[in-house]
Amino acid sequence: MELGEDERDIDREWIGLELNPFDDQALEQAVLLKESVAARVTAIAAEAEGGERMLKTALARGVDEVRLIELDEEAVQLSSRARAPLYAEAIAEIAPDLVLTGVLSTDDLYGELAPLLGAILDWPQVSAASQVTQKGASVTVRQEYSGGAAAMVEMQLPAVVGLQTASRPPRYVPGSKLRDLLKVEIPTSEPSVEPGADLADATTLELPDSSGGAEMIDGNAEVVAEKIHGILSERGLV
Amino acid sequence: MRCLIYVEHNGGQVAESALQLGTLAKSIGAEAVGLVCAGDGEAVADLTRQLSGFDAALGVADPVVSAYNAQAAAKALTQCVETQAPDLVMTSYSTAGIDLAPTVSIKADLPMIGYVLELAIDGDGLAAVSMVYGGKLRAKTEIATPCIVAVMPGAAKAEALAGQPAPNAEMIQVDLSGLAMTVVETLEPESSDVNLAEAEKIFCVGRALGGTEKIGVAEEMAAALGAELAGSRPVIDAGWMPKVRQVGKSGTKVKPKLYFMAGVSGAPEHLEGMEDSELIIAINSDEQAPIFGKAHYGAVCDMFQLLPALTARLNAGK
Ligand SMILES: Cc1cc2nc3c(=O)[nH]c(=O)nc-3n(C[C@H](O)[C@H](O)[C@H](O)COP(=O)(O)OP(=O)(O)OC[C@H]3O[C@@H](n4cnc5c(N)ncnc54)[C@H](O)[C@@H]3O)c2cc1C
Ligand SMILES: Nc1ncnc2c1ncn2[C@@H]1O[C@H](COP(=O)(O)O)[C@@H](O)[C@H]1O
Repeated sequence: MELGEDERDIDREWIGLELNPFDDQALEQAVLLKESVAARVTAIAAEAEGGERMLKTALARGVDEVRLIELDEEAVQLSSRARAPLYAEAIAEIAPDLVLTGVLSTDDLYGELAPLLGAILDWPQVSAASQVTQKGASVTVRQEYSGGAAAMVEMQLPAVVGLQTASRPPRYVPGSKLRDLLKVEIPTSEPSVEPGADLADATTLELPDSSGGAEMIDGNAEVVAEKIHGILSERGLV
Repeated sequence: MRCLIYVEHNGGQVAESALQLGTLAKSIGAEAVGLVCAGDGEAVADLTRQLSGFDAALGVADPVVSAYNAQAAAKALTQCVETQAPDLVMTSYSTAGIDLAPTVSIKADLPMIGYVLELAIDGDGLAAVSMVYGGKLRAKTEIATPCIVAVMPGAAKAEALAGQPAPNAEMIQVDLSGLAMTVVETLEPESSDVNLAEAEKIFCVGRALGGTEKIGVAEEMAAALGAELAGSRPVIDAGWMPKVRQVGKSGTKVKPKLYFMAGVSGAPEHLEGMEDSELIIAINSDEQAPIFGKAHYGAVCDMFQLLPALTARLNAGK
């Protein structure tokens, strides 16, 4: 993890272009809905860079359509609060029955994207969800709370879901399938609304103070094993 | 400064995280006003009696909110924010908080910060510290009031206000008709013979396990330690272990004598479930893993080398 020079953002090299784990779950759930109830799936992204590759991954995974909302070069670090109106505009045009987002990601730091979209579009929204099933004009999801408690929640469509877990682990897509898509043109759109106001300029990042953290045990695996054994024996834990 | 706190509860008990919000509000000299939504007036009164040290409470009684309903709760909280005009709105950074804080921030047009760990008065506004990027960085934000903060469970101590008088709820009317959301069923955690909450020793493995092929390594480690085997969320989501073995925000909260962990990064959602353990020993191949900020002992090494070595040593010593 590297901080960017201005301490306003991280060094983006670090993130790479991989799909975030929860977005990966959301993508899988969308494709599962395509397979189970013949949903037509559109994947959208609002990125200054890396978006095309991400959307190609989505195509390789089985979505029907993609759309890249073009952002300025300087907009690499836009927060969800800033991006939400851009997404909302595209969603209003696409007019889906259901919007799925990952519950949290490296560019959705507070896990706020799904609830922000629900609020802007005035559609019902549930975050930390799993077990998405559709029946007629409604969708039922399991919402998880702390301590393993949960509830089954039914929402009238259109609705927004911040997804935690897809009904099945994300599928593997062979590299060859991605290579086949290298030449595909990704449709783009230019937002006509302004990004939302956020707190980016009021925020600075810092590495956590590591003093007061763990006492580190040095050495190779054998040495570490021996030392841990010692610590456990000393405390009567083994 | 007036602080409006959304009060979560479960099975007739106010959530500890809600009481912690009261402590945090008082610690910055704010007046703590709880919003209690429950199925009927009696339930609101019972819950409000648990709000020791709160200065006031607002009650919403409606069968629709006898269990948490994201849309209903957002309507109630938004209405309170608009009519009461608090300087600060607090939710826990729980499932409900993730629903409510951003929703109300749009509906009431207020700035919002999540994952808040520390909060202080800063001139006319507030300074907040949150954990971001899975706990790898701290973000410091200066924010003007009125605003919304979603606070990590554990950021303040619930006991600090214990024994102080609780307020009476002032009932308010919120129109909760015509919702597009119904809670069909509430589900309690599955019971099973795995009881992490009571376990004395836990060995927890993270995403680094990589698949079920290597689960034997983890099982043998747990057996050699005489510990219960547990996993982080990705381990459960991938289907490598059943849900009853998940530790963390959306799993079980544990407090064993020994929490030994390997291949777990130490994201705030994981820490929430295990940070009160008596002895935490963490193995991770990344020296910058946030877990080293919380563990008592740590070692930077490959768990696939360390675990068999430690297992062999423990088995030999028996
Ligand atoms: C609403 C919500 C609820 C959540 N609830 C929970 C919860 O209950 N429990 C939970 O755990 N998470 C929960 N999470 C997820 C949480 O945010 C993290 O994504 C998760 O804890 C990460 O799991 P991990 O540490 O196993 O994986 P990662 O973060 O991917 O970490 C894997 C670690 O393994 C290390 N590693 C890799 N290879 C090796 C090796 N060979 N040897 C040693 N180390 C290695 C890496 O350096 C890395 O630090 C929740 C998230 C949300 C949004
Ligand atoms: N009115 C409410 N407001 C907020 N959270 C609630 C409410 N009722 C229940 N909950 C939460 O919803 C989950 C299920 O609650 P219960 O149905 O009481 O077991 C728990 O995590 C509670 O904290």
